[in-house]
Amino acid sequence: MCNTSTPNTIIISSPGDANVNSHHHGHEHSHSHDHSHIDGHGRVIELGKDIMQFNDVGAARNRGYFDAKEVIALNLVSSPGSGKTSILEKTLTELKEELNFYVIEGDQQTMNDADRIDALNIPVVQVNTGALCHLESDMVYEAVKKLNPKSKSVLMIENVGNLVCPSKFNLGEDYRVVIISTTEGDDKPIKYPDMFEGSDICIINKIDLLPYLSFDVEKAKDYARKVNPKLKFFEVSAITGQGMDEWYKWLKSIES
Amino acid sequence: MHELSIAIGIVELAEKEAIKGGGTVIESIELEIGKLSGIEIEALDFAWPIAVRGTMLANAKRTVTSPPGRAKCADCGLIFDIENLFDSCPKCNSYLKDIFQGKDLKIKAITIDG
Repeated sequence: MCNTSTPNTIIISSPGDANVNSHHHGHEHSHSHDHSHIDGHGRVIELGKDIMQFNDVGAARNRGYFDAKEVIALNLVSSPGSGKTSILEKTLTELKEELNFYVIEGDQQTMNDADRIDALNIPVVQVNTGALCHLESDMVYEAVKKLNPKSKSVLMIENVGNLVCPSKFNLGEDYRVVIISTTEGDDKPIKYPDMFEGSDICIINKIDLLPYLSFDVEKAKDYARKVNPKLKFFEVSAITGQGMDEWYKWLKSIES
Repeated sequence: MHELSIAIGIVELAEKEAIKGGGTVIESIELEIGKLSGIEIEALDFAWPIAVRGTMLANAKRTVTSPPGRAKCADCGLIFDIENLFDSCPKCNSYLKDIFQGKDLKIKAITIDG
């Protein structure tokens, strides 16, 4: 008998939870079998099956749930420190009277981000991914069940800060929003092209710091367009509020 | 390192299919990992032993083919090889393209006992 689940525990919780749901993730295997009779005369099964179906099936299920409930879901992705949570806080603060928001916070550890959202009286669930560097569709499914969003609402899924791994994992979102900030290199879009290729929206944050930096906004946008000519851009500062109105206008347009 | 998740996904899918086919051991597995799939083969090599330990794939021989990227220009229709997602059409320079090869991640075949 061999039980070989990878030793990683996913924790899904809301601020103030007494009982925290946690489940072992990582596609557990538990089988009993004999390895001794490999004789090289096996039978070939042609499959041609997509490996990502373990995630994509769950993503399709999430998408069906969102569509049925008229929930618009956004998957926010970026490097750590680009200001995802700050943009989210500012957006929720400014628009919470107009839109029904729900938030899923993905981080490897801590409830810090969920606490920041909870302070705004927005329903939030924190997913701690432990050793995993991205959210997967089944974690979002569990978190959404816990949130139980009202119909005609907006679900903000803040992914784990990482510009590589989350690009492979569709969560069933309507839009993927990639955030870069002016304190990063303007060549990020071609250094991490997978993430930009699969995104719909690109927010360039910390635009208020441009006078102090060598970041070239037009160059960054050109690079991003090479990877994905259909990307729509917003240039914002979550701190000063500069450019945020355009982003809000877009958010309100997709919800209605 | 999303490759561990992917390796575990491969194991799950292969085991499901092997059981469906009446097998108890997977002797070999053929993977297709496109050059533009976003998977690092070295990282997958690293994750593989952890993912297969104690499973039907524990002793499976793994072969990997890596088809290069191919795209069709959305503007002029030229079919061309691409190495990077940001490559443009060599004829008309357009970045609008349909990548039809090189992004796949597939289990092509497995060999089971019996």
